[in-house]
Amino acid sequence: MAVPQKRSGRTPRARAATAPASAPSVRPGAPKRRRSGAATPSGPSGPPAPGTDASGDTGTIPSVSSGLAAEPPQVLADYYRQMVLVRVFEQRAAEMYTRAKIGGYCHLNLGEEATVVGLMAALERTDYLFTTYREHGYALCRGIDPGRVMAELFGKATGVSGGWGGSMHLFDTDARLLGGYGIVGGQIPPATGAALAIAYRSDPGDEAEAVMCLMGDGTTNIGAFHESLNLAAIWNLPIVYVVVNNGLGMGTTVQAASGEPDLYRRGGAYRIPGVRVDGDDVIAVRDAARQALHSARAERQPMLVEAVSSRLRGHSVVDPARYRSPEDTERARRLDPVPTLRSHLIETGILDLAAVTKIEAEVEDVVTAAVTFADESPPPAVADLFAHAYATPVPNTPHRLPADALMVSEP
Amino acid sequence: MTEMSYRQALHDTLRAEMLRDESVFLLGEEIGIFEGSYKITAGLLQEFGPRRVRDTPISEEGFVGAAVGAAMLGLRPVVELMTINFSLLAIDQIVNHAAKIHAMFGGQAAVPMVIRTPGGGGQQLGATHSQNIEVYYAHVPGLKVVAPSTPADAKGLLTASIRDDDPVLVVENLALYNTKGDVPDGDHVTEIGTAAVTKEGTDLTVVAYSRAAAIALDVAHRLEDEHISVEVVDLRSLRPLDRETICASVRKTTRAVVIEDDWLSYGIGAEVAATIQEGAFYHLDAPVRRVAAAEVPLPYAKSLEHAALPHAGDLLAAIHETLDATGFAP
Ligand SMILES: Cc1ncc(C[n+]2csc(CCOP(=O)(O)OP(=O)(O)O)c2C)c(N)n1
Ligand SMILES: [Mg+2]
Repeated sequence: MAVPQKRSGRTPRARAATAPASAPSVRPGAPKRRRSGAATPSGPSGPPAPGTDASGDTGTIPSVSSGLAAEPPQVLADYYRQMVLVRVFEQRAAEMYTRAKIGGYCHLNLGEEATVVGLMAALERTDYLFTTYREHGYALCRGIDPGRVMAELFGKATGVSGGWGGSMHLFDTDARLLGGYGIVGGQIPPATGAALAIAYRSDPGDEAEAVMCLMGDGTTNIGAFHESLNLAAIWNLPIVYVVVNNGLGMGTTVQAASGEPDLYRRGGAYRIPGVRVDGDDVIAVRDAARQALHSARAERQPMLVEAVSSRLRGHSVVDPARYRSPEDTERARRLDPVPTLRSHLIETGILDLAAVTKIEAEVEDVVTAAVTFADESPPPAVADLFAHAYATPVPNTPHRLPADALMVSEP
Repeated sequence: MTEMSYRQALHDTLRAEMLRDESVFLLGEEIGIFEGSYKITAGLLQEFGPRRVRDTPISEEGFVGAAVGAAMLGLRPVVELMTINFSLLAIDQIVNHAAKIHAMFGGQAAVPMVIRTPGGGGQQLGATHSQNIEVYYAHVPGLKVVAPSTPADAKGLLTASIRDDDPVLVVENLALYNTKGDVPDGDHVTEIGTAAVTKEGTDLTVVAYSRAAAIALDVAHRLEDEHISVEVVDLRSLRPLDRETICASVRKTTRAVVIEDDWLSYGIGAEVAATIQEGAFYHLDAPVRRVAAAEVPLPYAKSLEHAALPHAGDLLAAIHETLDATGFAP
């Protein structure tokens, strides 16, 4: 019988150069670390982006980007508020799941708050967002009322998808959130098509619309990822693909699953410039995403951003994550972006303890109100089961419940 | 006989076949370190090692196709697709390749592979994660498709599938994994292509497979109290379909109801009903009724999901209406 071999971490691949197609706004520069303070662009040579920590961060110390100091206090306070909102919302969602208020699959953004807030801060109101099933935080930071998000998780008629989608399938036309998608990689071709629609209808420019397409690290192994990047490259589409790298698919590591584990390099085959950023650093994420979005909207240069963070809990609320080593779990806890930003705000005097506590209390109230709203909302009516059968009504649409006879045939 | 869960029966069968035949190996997403999304493969990586229990990236088309190629060289890959919904990403390799290679190359090559995958709704997993799309595969010549409803058949059919020289899709069901039943000890092979009469009866035949077959059996037992004698035919094999067992039952009972978890139009029940009208027409006392899922992408909300899926009550209603229509009095 073969003995199980320990999958030791793969040694880093040769840093093969990826050559950007057209001159992208992100300058090339070889990455030094998995977790650097800020954007680490890929490419053959050139200076690292401002804020890049090339000094050898071991990845064990929570990084605070140098960008933080330059940020207006009000902005940082607002980002902190949003990160706490995601944190508290997700914790409450987990609790509601154990109380059977929420069913099905429920994937949380716990540990990814800085990435969520940073990415959404970079997006303009007019941009479109396609995302995965791990999307509650994105919906909240897109400005959707937390009550309507929680109501969707509860399967209520007042939910963002009318109770039809659940946790994995949030959608809001006004917020231009064009869906959370449960099939791994399913969002990538439609997101690419949305970018095609933008390019079809309008000209590039600083104010032009763009698409952001989110996916997890494991998703970069699906064929649709590669086909879509190629289309975006040959059609010059205004899209930014963002890989939210939390190190794990469900239990499979990036190292085990990806021939090129430096995921930001995976656009190289399509000459799509890639940049890796510390996903625990809200400002670094925002700035990298903003820059990439600018290339997309102004130059029609598709871009790839990889934001590296950690998942604080299991793949979904029911996963005890027994496959994770205690060191890995401990590391995730140490890098937790929410307490990190909190300490930074207090230590630098941007906010005092009272102000931080006030934010947290206000968020608690918002989430409690969301739960109450969700709980008190009505479920969708069974009479509406066929309400969305087709966008264009058509004769002979089946409107049959399971026990109904299909037709009547009298003897 | 040993009582065990459907999950355990699948697990034990995989293990037994791996011990029996070195060419049998497993591949799929999260089947090793994570021990399987539904824990069917728990412990097998530790026992057999990564050569024979291979975790794959999320690349369904790639690794299903890789299994096709490995099978062409005589290995017996057993692929786990996390759910049948994700088989759609691999459908080209299943339908255009696995199913075609034997015939299209004049019988020179065989593709002795198995794809195990659970289907089923009712878990509030929403429209893309709750489907019963086995009919897509049951439609395709060159494939064999089985759908065990009991732990014993899970063992017998999985064993037969692994030993079979054709590509076989083994359709499991999320709602059945925890169900229990007696499983024959030792070697137990259920012939693919054969249905089972899981309860004999004289008044009406219920035809079903997978989860619905378990419902049918339960309903049939309940109706004994009302002195209604229902015979249950569990298809077990969707391709090939055991048409003779279905028709023999209906010729005896003169009435038939089909219950299935898939959508009604073009579903498995349509094939069964067509078979009955051809093979038992002159014995029928009533039209064949079909109980099937409402034809909508399955909603998440519990209330809607429940309304859209068939349940025991729906089957009971259809049985009673069929009996009433023929003036049946117990
Ligand atoms: C096509 C497909 N295959 C498999 C799955 C099951 N699945 C859901 S999430 C997931 C892991 C995805 O990992 P990653 O892309 O890293 O995203 P994360 O969950 O870490 O955010 C898998 C395998 C699926 N939903 N769709
Ligand atoms: Mg991941």
